[in-house]
Amino acid sequence: MEVNYDNGLNLKATELRLGLPGSDEPERQTTPRSNKRTLSEISSSGVTDDGNDYQQDSAPPAKEQVVGWPPIRSYRKNCIHATGRYVKVSVDGAAYLRKIDLKVYRSYPDLLKALENMFKLTIGAYSEREGYNGSGYAPTYEDKDGDWMLVGDVPWEMFISSCKRLRIMKGSEARGLGCV
Amino acid sequence: MRKKIMYSFPDEVLEHVFSFIQSDKDRNAVSVVCKSWCEIERWCRRKVFIGNCYAVSPRMVIKRFPEVRSIELKGKPHFADFNLVPDGWGGYVLPWIVEMAGAYPWLEEIRLKRMVVTDESLELIAKSFKNFKVLVLFSCEGFSTDGLAAIAAGCKNLRELDLRESEVDDLSGHWLRHFPETCTSLLSLNISCLGSDEVSVSALERLVGRCPNLKSLRLNRGVTVDKIANILHRAPQLVDFGTGSYSAELRPDVLLNLAGAFSCCKELKSLSGFWDVVPAYLPALYSVCSRLTSLNLSYATIQNPEIIKLVSNCPNLQRLLVLDYIEDSGLEALASSCKDLQELRVFPSDPFGAEPHVSLTEQGLVAVSLGCPKLQSVLYFCRRMTNAALVTIAQNSPNFTRFRLCIIEPKTADYLTLEPLDVGFGAIVEHCKDLRRLSLSGLLTDRVFEYIGTYAKKLEMLSVAFAGDSDLGLHHVLSGCESLRKLEIRDCPFGDKALLANAAKLETMRSLWMSSCTVSFGACKLIGLKMPRLNVEVIDETEPPDSRPESCPVEKLYIYRSVSGPRFDMPPFVWTMDEERKVMH
Repeated sequence: MEVNYDNGLNLKATELRLGLPGSDEPERQTTPRSNKRTLSEISSSGVTDDGNDYQQDSAPPAKEQVVGWPPIRSYRKNCIHATGRYVKVSVDGAAYLRKIDLKVYRSYPDLLKALENMFKLTIGAYSEREGYNGSGYAPTYEDKDGDWMLVGDVPWEMFISSCKRLRIMKGSEARGLGCV
Repeated sequence: MRKKIMYSFPDEVLEHVFSFIQSDKDRNAVSVVCKSWCEIERWCRRKVFIGNCYAVSPRMVIKRFPEVRSIELKGKPHFADFNLVPDGWGGYVLPWIVEMAGAYPWLEEIRLKRMVVTDESLELIAKSFKNFKVLVLFSCEGFSTDGLAAIAAGCKNLRELDLRESEVDDLSGHWLRHFPETCTSLLSLNISCLGSDEVSVSALERLVGRCPNLKSLRLNRGVTVDKIANILHRAPQLVDFGTGSYSAELRPDVLLNLAGAFSCCKELKSLSGFWDVVPAYLPALYSVCSRLTSLNLSYATIQNPEIIKLVSNCPNLQRLLVLDYIEDSGLEALASSCKDLQELRVFPSDPFGAEPHVSLTEQGLVAVSLGCPKLQSVLYFCRRMTNAALVTIAQNSPNFTRFRLCIIEPKTADYLTLEPLDVGFGAIVEHCKDLRRLSLSGLLTDRVFEYIGTYAKKLEMLSVAFAGDSDLGLHHVLSGCESLRKLEIRDCPFGDKALLANAAKLETMRSLWMSSCTVSFGACKLIGLKMPRLNVEVIDETEPPDSRPESCPVEKLYIYRSVSGPRFDMPPFVWTMDEERKVMH
């Protein structure tokens, strides 16, 4: 079964290019499709293989995380796992916070798409120089040291382990944040 | 006239008799015997339990029971624990505190579960109730250490402060200092939910030192193992102790001190905590093991043989919470060592991993059911199961009152026969005649619900996920389970028919939750219209449900009985019938 490119993280089409300069992710998009593993192969090998394989394919994760399943309290998850846990997400102008489980997402595009769906807004393209310029909203986060950073500034794994909470700011305010 | 005199006692006599009746059920039964009994009973009821804070209004409670000293309230539906209930849904305690502040100046105890508690509420409690003694906040949120400081400072006779599993905003680690030097009344202090640095250990030591009646102390993760000895030395009378982070740089003197401190605690029966365990510190516990009746290792990332070593030394263990690192071999050791075991909970160490990395299977649970005749309560996360194992377990353990099995991958079949697990769960409900709580998982058809409806006559709470084929499944449960109080369902193909056919049943229950099922908005409106004593709440975070055709399924549905009508504190994403029961808004 051929990988359905339309369902994959079609980074080119959404113009999201994340990660440090020279990282693998963008380059992989030009790999000929026939070299990619098929969806069934991904399913049988599981998603916890080394990260390189996953990035190589840009296919959706074989196992989709279901909200609230397995039924484990979030404080328990936070205790056991070093990476990935529930963080609060606030959106400027919205009255209510949401909580998301960072462990569910595999990459920045994954997370941003979920945020866009959850809050019904467009976050737009990230660029290292200008952040999320040109869109209405910019996702930011508070890290372990209490500093507010732009989502996408650091490699994904570092983000996952240091993010304490997310705040989706109105684009104009976010411009003040330093970029890499 | 003569008849009346023959059958009546003076009120004081009846009141005295009623004072021996403590259980809510019995009290409720007493109150419906006749009008005069109802009247006498309501004046002397001291304790009220309200399982759903929206089932009744504070004013109604106060009007009926004017002399209450102790109140227990529950707020959000159980599935809020798994993030299925959006933030802002409700469950606010402030309106209750405000009303009670005026009506119950002598209130002594407040116990809350899954409610939103603000610092304002806590400050009001501290200010309003001069004889306040017990505050239990179980899985609550919305408050900070500032609110705790107000409680510490304001409640001069505080006996119990229990924050189990609550979410607290850490603003300052110094709130403990607000307990005045004159506070010596603490019996129980549970701050285990506080984060890594929200407590001043020196203030804690002083507080513990001046409370000679302290029986239960549960520390938070910020207290490391090297600090425990000093605390334990000040409280050798402890019966229940929760360590903080059970780690520190390994030093022999610390280990020795710790072992010495534990051995001084002759009354210690219950241990918990154990975050970040350094296994070398575990031997310090050995002197206590023989007396332990309850052990919570569910945060301890230790493996075998350490787990087996600990557990084998606890012959009096009645309750064990542990991670799946115990594996089948550890459960077999448990089965042979702990013949008094009543409750077992096994949690997954890697719930989102695709492949199992521990050898914990259905065999472990079978072994425990075989070896522990008193086993009553089980919560078990695993990755595979068979009907045969479940039948064996059911036959070994007819005394189960609570059975919750979570096979991690939804819709997993019997791994040997590839059949649904209907027969296995059917055996559980057939053999375990006293079963009150059941959680299902794995591949299940309507058949399992037929078994449940037929046999589970004492079942009070049922949790269902990714199961069933049709409305018939839901119908079996609603029509057959006579004692059902709480039903929570997610991702099942249950729709309008069963619900509409059994609408009257819903008034006999506390609540029904259904999410990602196929109940239409039209059906919700119909129930809301026809059943004035039910609150039908539709939760939809994407768009108003009436912007779509009525036949469209709702995202989430929460129906509960209430004598106070629809609530007034709903967020925009919750819809319910308005006062006149005409429109959903």
